[in-house]
Amino acid sequence: MTLATSLNGAEQRRPSRLGRMLEDRLPYLIVAPAIFILLLVGLFPLIYSLVVSFQRITMTDNDTSFVGLLNYAELFRDTRLWASLGHTAIITAVALPLELLIGFLMAQLFIDRLPGRQLFVALLVLPTVISPIVAGATWRLMFDVRFGPIGQILSFFAGEPVRILWTVNPAYVYPAIIICEVWQWSPFMFLLLLAALSNVDQSQLEAAEIDGASYLRVLRAIILPSIAPVIAVACLIRGLDLVRIFDIIWALTEGGPGSMTETISLYTYVQGFSQFEISYTAAISFLVIALLTIITTLVLKRMELAR
Amino acid sequence: MKVGKLPARKVRILGLRYLGATVVTLLFLFPVYWLFMISFKTPDEIYHVPPLWVPAQIQFSNYYVLFKDGDVVAILNSLIVAGVSSGIAIVLGTLCAYSLARFGTGGENLAMWIISQRMIPPIAVVFPIFLLYVHFGMVDGFFGLILLYTAFNLPYVIWMMRGYIVDVPLELEESALVDGLNRWEVIWKVVFPMVRSGLMATSVFTFVFAWNDFLFALVLTRTEVITFPVQLTHYFGGQSNFWGKIAAMSVLGTLPIFVAVSVMQRYLVRGISLGAVKG
Repeated sequence: MTLATSLNGAEQRRPSRLGRMLEDRLPYLIVAPAIFILLLVGLFPLIYSLVVSFQRITMTDNDTSFVGLLNYAELFRDTRLWASLGHTAIITAVALPLELLIGFLMAQLFIDRLPGRQLFVALLVLPTVISPIVAGATWRLMFDVRFGPIGQILSFFAGEPVRILWTVNPAYVYPAIIICEVWQWSPFMFLLLLAALSNVDQSQLEAAEIDGASYLRVLRAIILPSIAPVIAVACLIRGLDLVRIFDIIWALTEGGPGSMTETISLYTYVQGFSQFEISYTAAISFLVIALLTIITTLVLKRMELAR
Repeated sequence: MKVGKLPARKVRILGLRYLGATVVTLLFLFPVYWLFMISFKTPDEIYHVPPLWVPAQIQFSNYYVLFKDGDVVAILNSLIVAGVSSGIAIVLGTLCAYSLARFGTGGENLAMWIISQRMIPPIAVVFPIFLLYVHFGMVDGFFGLILLYTAFNLPYVIWMMRGYIVDVPLELEESALVDGLNRWEVIWKVVFPMVRSGLMATSVFTFVFAWNDFLFALVLTRTEVITFPVQLTHYFGGQSNFWGKIAAMSVLGTLPIFVAVSVMQRYLVRGISLGAVKG
């Protein structure tokens, strides 16, 4: 009965030629707008930039003749560029493991039943969702040598006035950046690891407990293998974010003192928007893209993010 | 009662865990608390040595100044830019995701290309985009920013929504097709209601990404459509005179995010892990 009516309905609603054509092509029609925008904003500038990187355009000189690989050759002589890559690597290499470790410890704290856990998690997530510019600004106020609470707290524990110029003193700028970064993103790791830990097979854990296995053994043999995929995803996402770190440093040190905390993103920004070295900036952009593409492809191949 | 009685050891462990949880939470919330308190302080209290942890009274002059000077327009601009761009990205991205999930359009390669678009660092494209925007007179306008945020959120929306759509039972759609609905009706009447919660969560995240962006806004705005993070950096000046403004603006700019994310807490894990972890 139902079938008969529905077949009838289909008969009556035979689509027009245009309608049928629209339906036949539908898979492509509904992909098109999104791909168009992605190409327009994602690919078009890259092609444009690639062309420019083989020219010699600066603020004063609009010379559009091609100079081959001159800009790229210059990259290798640019010590400030390699220094900025080094700064980026340092921040990533220190902050990423710290975030992972702290996130893991936090997750351990909340993994077992704890009434009120929801509320704790909701509050702990706050740093991760606020704008990185706000995070940087907040810590700038916190670190202030005279009006900020960090110095006050340190003085209290040291028993004598502690005056640290966190965002100016070369010895403390990196700790300052990393503290801010770790504060903002450890909760991110925490959230992902908490979810991963909740999915660890409980029966295996119980069996291990009955066998009297030590915690470290359980961690190595059961827990870590089970949460490894999540750790990989979390590290990939955070790693890519750390390599492009810009906002927090802009708010905290603006790359200073001098260019001590200048990361690759800040350096590219300076070359592009202060020096207006159009062609050279394009060349740097491609260096960054090449480096990231290599790293990401290697990581992705290993873990197969795609389902 | 016997049932409610826990062994002393367990009670102690639970107590210790509460203590640990409270300490950790206080540590992580302290900077937020500090910012919040500054926004309520008078200049005398802000620049007091040693720093005061609690203002004598809650007063709103820091907020009042922002409204009086019209600086809150930045919040409004952010709402427009983030809201409209998320809306467009959600509609176009979900349609694209449906095609990818159900027809396998473009195969695995297209899907990988789309997610790789999200991996490109903004700094690598911001400069060429800036030059193009200058060329077409799109700097400092709503259209340019909305187009840009739409493009940068599309890969995320497509990737996430593809995951949600794949979870919808195929039989539902097939029976709807047999019942004489065409594809558009199937998408609208069958798939859409099934993925509504995923759709909501994804919209919140796209909104947050656009809302929090600083680099693009810094480069592509001048005076007309300054968004909230850029407005915030305008108070940074050489002297730290504007702490009250920084704090008040930060609080105003964080409230919408906080509300949005609180509502979406259930989807937070899946959202921030690009769908890799189902919380």
